[in-house]
Amino acid sequence: MLAALGRRSVGFMEEIGRLGQFLADTVRALPDVRTWGRQLFPTMRRIGVDSLPIALFIAAFTGIVLALLASYTFTGAVPLYLVGTLVGKTTMMELGPVLTGLALAGRVGANIAAELGTMRVTEQVDALETLAFDPHAYLVLPRVIAGTVMFPVVVAFAMAMGIFMGWVAATTLLPITTAEFLRGLRLFYVPFDIQFGLIKSASFGFVITLIGCHLGLGTRGGAEGVGSATTRTVVYSAEMILLLDAYWALTLLRPA
Amino acid sequence: MIAFRELYKAFGPKQVLLGLSVEVHDGETLVIVGGSGTGKSVALKHVVGLLEPDAGAVEVDGQVVSRLRRRELTEMRSHIGYVFQFAALFDSMTIFDNVAFGLRRRRMTEADIRARVAESLRLVDLPGAERQMPAELSGGMRKRVGLARAIALRPKYLLYDEPTTGLDPVTAAVIDELMVRTREALGVTSIVITHDMRSAYTVGDRIAMLYEGRIRQEGTVEEIRQTADPVVRQFIEGRPDGVDQDSALVRGAA
Repeated sequence: MLAALGRRSVGFMEEIGRLGQFLADTVRALPDVRTWGRQLFPTMRRIGVDSLPIALFIAAFTGIVLALLASYTFTGAVPLYLVGTLVGKTTMMELGPVLTGLALAGRVGANIAAELGTMRVTEQVDALETLAFDPHAYLVLPRVIAGTVMFPVVVAFAMAMGIFMGWVAATTLLPITTAEFLRGLRLFYVPFDIQFGLIKSASFGFVITLIGCHLGLGTRGGAEGVGSATTRTVVYSAEMILLLDAYWALTLLRPA
Repeated sequence: MIAFRELYKAFGPKQVLLGLSVEVHDGETLVIVGGSGTGKSVALKHVVGLLEPDAGAVEVDGQVVSRLRRRELTEMRSHIGYVFQFAALFDSMTIFDNVAFGLRRRRMTEADIRARVAESLRLVDLPGAERQMPAELSGGMRKRVGLARAIALRPKYLLYDEPTTGLDPVTAAVIDELMVRTREALGVTSIVITHDMRSAYTVGDRIAMLYEGRIRQEGTVEEIRQTADPVVRQFIEGRPDGVDQDSALVRGAA
């Protein structure tokens, strides 16, 4: 058992090392702006704008459920205007970024891994290299930059949608007025709440796209390899989101 | 000149190349033949630095490929055209964009790029195919576009990986003819990887047979036709018997 644990640990460390090397190669491609710059805006649209519907859909229902859950929990012991507080804080600081991140790990991460994996097994990546293009500049950088920049944008919209639908649910399904909801929303609000959510989501965008590119370009074999890379991307991305979620809470939310 | 010098390559426990040595002289077409899984494509990928050798080296114009820095490797690759076995066209781009792809690295005007793409497609008998997508083309047409993409760069060297594999005999003959015509038109030095002996006899100046990870025999087309080596004879005649089949496969090569 110890030997198996050791092998797994070594395997994990090797994987981290390979990801570090991959990241270093990606950073080294940064000066090749001519290559990645052209790809950046179409990729930002694909990763960001095209992800809005699923992010808004999730946020809308999360907002409704949060409002109802808050009122159910308070059961008369806590003033109902605090529904606004709970919906706002939770949506901005936790559920908005994390649920959107998990959804986009599937949508964006899997898409990147499948696309690059298919390019790898059909030798399109080799073709890029023989045509004197660096795959890190042409394929990886636009995706990683687009993910890091656009995830906070998508999450910002998701936050707004979550709070809006929380307000709709509160004012139509609960005995609470708009003024009361807004009072609760403002009560403990500080601008850092939004910053915290956006910082987290930028880190989620970075790791999801980096893992998708790393595993996609590392694909071996045919369709099975592509499937495996896609699945591993979603699983590793989800794990990394939760780890980063804890990391940001530990580093930014601990009382001084 | 391209030179393979005592090239060794293994993938895990699988030994693929075991001291491959052969030279390709300027202006000639060397055909490397050998059975499936003998490491022909692996050897070719070393020329453009897609793979790194475990030992030995590939030299292009005296430069050891595996020792080149990234920028030097990019510069060297710009002199080499690579025609992939399944064309490896970028399937999200039109034929025009595929052929123009490598040209955009160079400081060429859009008008020059358009002219070069049209000329390259004409050379492979596909004039006017610019607007089509790779998915709309047959296997033979895709290979021709792959060749057009490679020659658009006006390379000094052309590497062909199984250019006629999977094609019907007529289309394969068309590809052979295009390869000969390309050499005559552009004066390129070529390496062709194939197991199609008819193609090898048509396009090659010299033929080298890869067997058990190294060159078993090399010579002119006529020398190979007249060979007395039983392994080479069996291969070029396509006979299933005569030599122990198991030994004809490189141990575990994919």
